[in-house]
Amino acid sequence: MTVNELSSREEFSAVSMPEGEREISGVYIGDLLSWVMGRAKADNAWITIMSNINIAAVASLADTACIILAEGVTLEPEVAETAGAKGVNILSTEMPAYETAVLLSKLL
Amino acid sequence: MAEPLVFHFVVDGDNFTSAGQASVQVKKNLRQLGLEPETIRRVSIAMYEGEINMVIHAGGGEADVIVSDNCVEIILKDCGPGIADIEQAMQEGFSTAPDNIRSLGFGAGMGLPNMKRYTDYMQIDSVVGKGTTITMRVNY
Repeated sequence: MTVNELSSREEFSAVSMPEGEREISGVYIGDLLSWVMGRAKADNAWITIMSNINIAAVASLADTACIILAEGVTLEPEVAETAGAKGVNILSTEMPAYETAVLLSKLL
Repeated sequence: MAEPLVFHFVVDGDNFTSAGQASVQVKKNLRQLGLEPETIRRVSIAMYEGEINMVIHAGGGEADVIVSDNCVEIILKDCGPGIADIEQAMQEGFSTAPDNIRSLGFGAGMGLPNMKRYTDYMQIDSVVGKGTTITMRVNY
């Protein structure tokens, strides 16, 4: 499933989609950034409630397919801008991390 | 590639929000050179962790990335407080990062272990009160 396909579902809204055709493979959930860099795999969807500007760099360097902001977390406009410039896809959802992962497990 | 390519960066110690700029630039450069995505990922993460450490603990520093035919070498040099007990610092979960850094999602004590995890060679030279130099290599 691509990031565009996921964001077209009613549970998700697109925050930044510079590379929406990326294919998602697997999921990682975490808010501690070094854990994400140590454990997430390339092309994972990364579910987090962290919203500071460093998530854009972490997602870019760890090469995740997209960030999914759970629990209705919102971003400062400059974070979304930075993500766009770094080629980092970001979606948001009102669902908690667990329910988001359960849904993704059915979809992927 | 006959001659190794060298990229040099100054890491700004005052600006935590822009930390990672050197790593993002290295990622771009390695991509342009056509390296494998997994090699780029390993170099980028190891360097980013080191860069973040320099900003958190050492007030910035300098980074050199040397790309040769079969290896990317990263040398991170700072004039910070040094690491008193390297063995302890290498343990997952050990951290001396302050609370404001932790609230940003850093300081989990995974930085140095991640640098080791993603590289084929890692050497820490540190003198308390003088600074730290970390040399890492990723073979490809």
